[in-house]
Amino acid sequence: MSESNPTPLLQVTNLSVRFGNVVALDGASMHAMAGEITAIIGDNGAGKSSLSKAILGVYAKAEGTIAVNGRDVVMSSPQVAKELGIEAVFQDLALFDDLALWQNMFINRVLRRGWGALSLLRRSEMIAKSDEMVCQLTVNVPDARRTVRSMSGGQRQAVAIARAVAWGSNLVIMDEPTAALGVRERTEVENTIIRLRDAGRSFILISHSFDQVMRVADAVWVMRHGRAAAHRRVSETSGEELVGLVTGAISE
Amino acid sequence: MTPPTRPRTVLQRLGVSRDQLSMATIAGLAPVLALILLMIVGAIVAPSFLSAGNIRSLLLSSAILMIFAIGQTFVISTAGIDLSVAAIAQLSGVALGLVVAAGSSPELGILVALAVGTAAGALNGFLIFRLKISDFIVTLGTFSAFSGLTLLLSDARPQIVNSPTLLAISTGGIGPMSYLLLVALVVAAVGYLLIFHTRFGTHVLAVGGNRKAADAMGLSFGNVKVGVYAISGLLAAIAGILLVARLGAAEPTAGSAYQLTSIAAAVLGGVSLFGGKRSIVGPLIGAVVLTGVVNLLTIAGVPVYYQPIAVGAVVVLAAYLRRYER
Repeated sequence: MSESNPTPLLQVTNLSVRFGNVVALDGASMHAMAGEITAIIGDNGAGKSSLSKAILGVYAKAEGTIAVNGRDVVMSSPQVAKELGIEAVFQDLALFDDLALWQNMFINRVLRRGWGALSLLRRSEMIAKSDEMVCQLTVNVPDARRTVRSMSGGQRQAVAIARAVAWGSNLVIMDEPTAALGVRERTEVENTIIRLRDAGRSFILISHSFDQVMRVADAVWVMRHGRAAAHRRVSETSGEELVGLVTGAISE
Repeated sequence: MTPPTRPRTVLQRLGVSRDQLSMATIAGLAPVLALILLMIVGAIVAPSFLSAGNIRSLLLSSAILMIFAIGQTFVISTAGIDLSVAAIAQLSGVALGLVVAAGSSPELGILVALAVGTAAGALNGFLIFRLKISDFIVTLGTFSAFSGLTLLLSDARPQIVNSPTLLAISTGGIGPMSYLLLVALVVAAVGYLLIFHTRFGTHVLAVGGNRKAADAMGLSFGNVKVGVYAISGLLAAIAGILLVARLGAAEPTAGSAYQLTSIAAAVLGGVSLFGGKRSIVGPLIGAVVLTGVVNLLTIAGVPVYYQPIAVGAVVVLAAYLRRYER
């Protein structure tokens, strides 16, 4: 850890998650620095998604500690993570197809007027703000009143990323954000992440692609058997070394 | 909008190319088309079908089904189903009858009935969410339990309810509009606001459309489930009270047919059984169409046993056409 920035944005220590006899995370420890893209790579079943879900509060029964900006937190529910400004772009995007873009953007933060059970949505305000949020991210902006179902794969991806970036003021976790995209759309997403990183935003990027990690990440953790087995600065490693670390040909 | 040979791609293309002509709009047209078809067939088969008098009585007899169907719409929008609505209506009606039989005012009886219906509905939602049992099984079970409780409380006998207020509601009206229809339209208006313009309505659709995403976004599945079933129970109680008003008595077995027809009206009206799709106007029209089919068969002198067959055929046909939506 450099002296100028001693406290990591996120510090995970000895995190374990079990489902019956299946051990998804086995005492994983890792950290991510603010203003960086921290990649997590590893084979299928190595614990990448389990780690991200534990950080997001999806697994209420995870053991171990999670500290955000040096302060220990109990990630008991997704709501806790959201209040800490930690958001995610999930592999399946977690969008609501029958709802409009603006409803997806504001799904758990709706603006209302009045009070009680019948307080009404501030619809036009949310539509205008959604337009703004998506505009900052992409040039190919769909109408905020359109349903997500009617959008292309790239547009859906943009909506999911815009939602996470808009609310994830501290950290945005991306689980395989480009797995389902074509080359051009993938490049667009990568450039967007890099641009936001340069503007000071922090990301955790879960990826299968060594090339992608070398292209966009600042640091990388290699997961093996439910642990973070190795840590490298991207500037000090190579694709070949990462392959070796993932397969176990090179061990720490 | 007849379904073409490759409806999925064509509809998707329509959705992409023209914002206003969305899938929901197309789904919304199905009940209108059914209504137009019914009116054309009705005009040919029996000229009196489209007379002002018959239309008024048709809307009057649709009113109770409309109320049931709106409750069912909330539940079905969460990909649930409420098989207990008729039983809740009967239980609420008998509660009203018992309060009146005990010497209290019908007004107090109405409040008790509304509370009983809401509580019974909330119990459905609670069991589904807390015990993680499917909606179908829970409401099938409570349908039986509520029916039994109704028979137990009433000793299987109708309770006479003499109430000028209820009599006025069932027979009176403002101009050509009956009070029954007015109650149904007020329920529809509140339902519309609730489902389209509140946070609760948005979350209902989110949970129904994509449960996994709703969990990931931290939405409360329990609040939504208990909420929609409580609404369905409350509306079943209102319908139960109106049934008592029409019959002048709390009949322990009145209105059993609403069980199926409430679901049918919602589905006919464009509410997807897989959740995530909502409409309030659609189920209203669905209720009119289903009541109209029965009404037309009666006018045309078709024997009464054909009526359930016709209603069943309309529902299956509507569900078949719905397949092309997704």
